[in-house]
Amino acid sequence: MATIISRRRVVADNWQLLKLSADGSIDIPSDGDVIVPLSVWLAQRDALVKRTARLGVWLEGKDDPALLAADFKHFALIAVHFEHFVDGRGYSIARLLRERCGWQGELRAIGDVLRDQLFYLSGCGFDTFALRADQDVQAAITAFADFSEAYQASVERPQPLFRRRSSIPKNDTTDASI
Amino acid sequence: MYLYDEIDQRLVDERVAQFRDQTRRFLTGELSEDDFRPLRLQNGLYIQRLAPMLRIAIPYGLLASRQLRALADIARKWDRGYGHFSTRQNIQFNWPKLEDVPDILAKLATVQMHAIQTSGNCIRNTTTDHFAGTSPDEIVDPLVWCEIIRQWSTFHPEYAYLPRKFKIAVSGSESDRAATQVHDIGLQATRDATGQVGFRVFAGGGLGRTPLLGAVMREFLPWQHLLTYLEAILRVYNRFGRRDNKYRARIKILVKELTPDVFRAQVENEWSHLKGGAATLTSDEVQRIEKRFTRPAYRKSDALSPDYVLALATDKAFSNWVRRNVQAHKVAGYAAVTLSLKKTGAPPGDATADQMDAIAELADNFSFGELRVSHEQNLILADVRQTDLFELWQRARALGLATPNIGLITNIIACPGGDFCSLANAKSIPVAEALQARFDDLDYLHDIGELDLNISGCMNSCGHHHIGHIGILGVDKQGAEYYQISIGGAQGNQAALGKVLGPSVSQAEVPDVIERLIELYLARRDSEEERFIDVVRRIGINPFKEYVYGNHHQPAASRRRQLATA
Repeated sequence: MATIISRRRVVADNWQLLKLSADGSIDIPSDGDVIVPLSVWLAQRDALVKRTARLGVWLEGKDDPALLAADFKHFALIAVHFEHFVDGRGYSIARLLRERCGWQGELRAIGDVLRDQLFYLSGCGFDTFALRADQDVQAAITAFADFSEAYQASVERPQPLFRRRSSIPKNDTTDASI
Repeated sequence: MYLYDEIDQRLVDERVAQFRDQTRRFLTGELSEDDFRPLRLQNGLYIQRLAPMLRIAIPYGLLASRQLRALADIARKWDRGYGHFSTRQNIQFNWPKLEDVPDILAKLATVQMHAIQTSGNCIRNTTTDHFAGTSPDEIVDPLVWCEIIRQWSTFHPEYAYLPRKFKIAVSGSESDRAATQVHDIGLQATRDATGQVGFRVFAGGGLGRTPLLGAVMREFLPWQHLLTYLEAILRVYNRFGRRDNKYRARIKILVKELTPDVFRAQVENEWSHLKGGAATLTSDEVQRIEKRFTRPAYRKSDALSPDYVLALATDKAFSNWVRRNVQAHKVAGYAAVTLSLKKTGAPPGDATADQMDAIAELADNFSFGELRVSHEQNLILADVRQTDLFELWQRARALGLATPNIGLITNIIACPGGDFCSLANAKSIPVAEALQARFDDLDYLHDIGELDLNISGCMNSCGHHHIGHIGILGVDKQGAEYYQISIGGAQGNQAALGKVLGPSVSQAEVPDVIERLIELYLARRDSEEERFIDVVRRIGINPFKEYVYGNHHQPAASRRRQLATA
């Protein structure tokens, strides 16, 4: 059974990630929790909603997250696939899902997901992470604590630092001398 | 100087720890070269032709003497005793060892410096006018706005993996001294009809192999909305910028392919959701940042001292220097002084560790312990009392930093070129040196007058050759190093991209070609007031083209001179 990071802990996971085969077809098992590509959801939604197991859908960098906004009630999970970790489109998709479309369920990063991007992914609203197979999942947990603050407004910190300063203890804002 | 608070400092320290661990994992083989590359780039570390190159940010060009001394220490301890000031308000070291870089970054953090996002496909160091805060014509102090943007862009979670690098420039006045129209985003301070302060926003400018001037996104953006508007532009770019071809990946290509009108409509649509959100700036925050800048305690100064007036009248070398290297200041009795790093025989922008220490002392003695790094690769003492100018000049001259060539042809802007950079097609530093030697006669130099000459070793255009009055670009011609010459480029409000003069020429021919351009200019100008660029604009490039290429049998000027003296 695969392991993923969920809310900063390593947990077992039994979701099946389904991909289109080379000829464009896809085999959807009758049982079990599955994550299907957006195109499959759009084409086969009637069949998919009849399944009893939980349903997830996954997006690619080029996909428009707004296409899902009216369908949230059907999903237990939305995943965003990173073809290569340097393709940063998924970060914007995550924020749009969380901040614009109002998705509050599980948001999972899949594909080329590495330890050194976890801090930023988390800031953009991902809460579960299926790391690339070669990654040390247990060691990766420390990456969430790489930084103890952030300047920007984000999903994790809806208020930017400058709007939170008044509530930060005084000794945290004393001058550093040069 | 902007002084870090505890959180600013903590984030920079945490970055050092993060990169130390990443470097350790790379050296033990846990992290592959491919996975490590974007991480080291976002900490300024390139693996170059000869050795790693570390690029350190000098945010908006502002540097304290103590920081410059730390750079000198780094040059001595971890490099070969010198550094190279780039065209983007950074300093580059060409010889550090990969395993030493975490220690170098830790040393930088002790003086509130870093190499964060100085490379990689992320938001880079924000640049501005090198006279920021001292010019009489400023609407806002661009340093404050650059620091606001620095904080917003530092470790921005959404924009660390953009299609390509992303550069923002800020001009605090209507007169653009920050080349805002050739940046991915250019911000120019302005006022609306009611006197409210805001910014004219350009997007999609850039140099490189597809040079383009930025398109106006908004004629007036009220200052409160700056960050949400930047977010909107970045989000549209991050989602829709091309990622299939690195040469088509800059925002300028997206703006061009969509057309500026369509791109603007997409940005405005995105912004309609972000406008008024939590990132909307408050006057409290702007004031908080303003107050964290130390300001020079200007003294009331007498009118010009008799000694200064006398020296100006009697010492031609001094008055030449004042004319070229000293700039007016908003405070009476003060001036801004450019220390030239363009002495003949020295690579443009290079400074030795000893020079850095000496310059730090000049800054302490004459300019409140602060200096500026200009995109023209010189150092500036921005707050010098006029009564101190003569003494400063003498000391700068003894250090080889008083070449009176600011704005002149020998104030060459050049990238490190093929001697150091693995991207370059051709060398740039020997070309700069040959030109400095050719135009070494000071009277001739001053007679030629204002002229920007820029050299890039390849299409990446780090030497900004497109916006030089004369631009020189290194090209590869069947494996040999050749140079393509263009003329008519300009920075500032009348920004323009140079036009290619004709077939590229060999390294040995470059000084002859430039000299012929100058000869024709001197023959065709209507007065000493008419600059080279003005003549190019008036008569076009064809007369220059014909004069350079027209008569192949005619010997070049230098050879004629040699024949005459033989």
